[in-house]
Amino acid sequence: MNSRTVEIGVGLFVALGIAALFMLAMQASNLSTMTGGDGYIITAGFENVGGLKERSAVTVSGVRVGRVESIDYDHTSFEAVVSLRIDAQHDSFPVDTSASIYTSGLLGEQYVALEPGGSLENLVAGDRLQLTQSALVMEQVIGQFLYSTAAGKSEQ
Amino acid sequence: MLDALQHLGRATLDFFERLGRGHLLLLQMLAKLPGLLLRPGLVLVQLYSVGVLTLVIILVSGIFVGMVLGLQGYNTLVDFGAEDSLGVVVALSLVRELGPVVSALLFAGRAGSALTAEIGLMKATEQLSGMEMMAVDPVQRVIAPRFLAAFLSMPLLAAIFSAVGIYGGYLVGVPLLGVDDGAFWGQMQGAVDLHDDIYNGVIKSIVFGFVAGWIALFEGYDATPTAAGVSRATTRTVVHTALAVLGLDFVLTALMFGD
Repeated sequence: MNSRTVEIGVGLFVALGIAALFMLAMQASNLSTMTGGDGYIITAGFENVGGLKERSAVTVSGVRVGRVESIDYDHTSFEAVVSLRIDAQHDSFPVDTSASIYTSGLLGEQYVALEPGGSLENLVAGDRLQLTQSALVMEQVIGQFLYSTAAGKSEQ
Repeated sequence: MLDALQHLGRATLDFFERLGRGHLLLLQMLAKLPGLLLRPGLVLVQLYSVGVLTLVIILVSGIFVGMVLGLQGYNTLVDFGAEDSLGVVVALSLVRELGPVVSALLFAGRAGSALTAEIGLMKATEQLSGMEMMAVDPVQRVIAPRFLAAFLSMPLLAAIFSAVGIYGGYLVGVPLLGVDDGAFWGQMQGAVDLHDDIYNGVIKSIVFGFVAGWIALFEGYDATPTAAGVSRATTRTVVHTALAVLGLDFVLTALMFGD
């Protein structure tokens, strides 16, 4: 075996392997959409976070502006405290912005939707959102629905 | 009765003796690895015969495994109206499981058996003792470069397998079955985590490369130096590597993804 062929073969093999790893990292994983540690953090208290997870999306008008950084339970206010890491370029949300937990599609994953208010003051890092709406719990919705239909029937 | 006991005892002792010899060889190989820095040419030749020559079977199997995953995944997901998640199914199964495991099994069949047969034949034709006579350490000259080559090529082969497989799934899913192009890649990027999925897949394949190389070289080095002995050793390499890879895969998966 010619040593030049061997060397070219090995070079090709290694280059192909590294290209494959690179492709997996860039094309198939979340590296390209990862924001890293920049941006700023605001918190929001929810009665119920449902199936919200760390790294879930934070959106405004359907556009992703950040990710859920952490979810903790606050023992004094008895509610879940969700830290949201907002990308640095989205730095002008009014202080009366409200946060809701929605589900994308019928069975999709849950995300935090922000809705800007009308205040002239802007949120700064560390602020806490006052207006929040919890995740929908399916049993409660069905329970309310059953209750209202039953109530409607008995009135007739 | 006593004969049966004696058989059992001898089998147990043989087993532990082999285990000990295996670990001794491993220690020797690891100790000889730094010396290879002086002779990178030895490793290069082995990288060619272990890695480059395995590339074809990895590429072909990778694309077919990916295509089958695309077809099967689509047929199942379309019942739930969730065919947009096809990219997630294909990428996660390949990166987490099929890439490292299937390429390790193919590696055992293609390269491991060849390594065992080569070393076993060298031993049967007394080339290894010949080297010792000339004060050349066979572990340094013959075994260690092959071990390093197996160890280095396995993660690369697994990565190539996964990447080619994802494109195979893409080919079947998007142009053939009509899954949306953006949803395929977008959902995949949303679900596959660089650290949790890709790094763990690479760690798996490094472990498998280590084990596959170790078993193949030990079986060859420890083979009975006859034609029948070499053939038995080759069979054992493939069987033991497959068992070790599948067993270790369970342990590693439980450690990595079992939270």
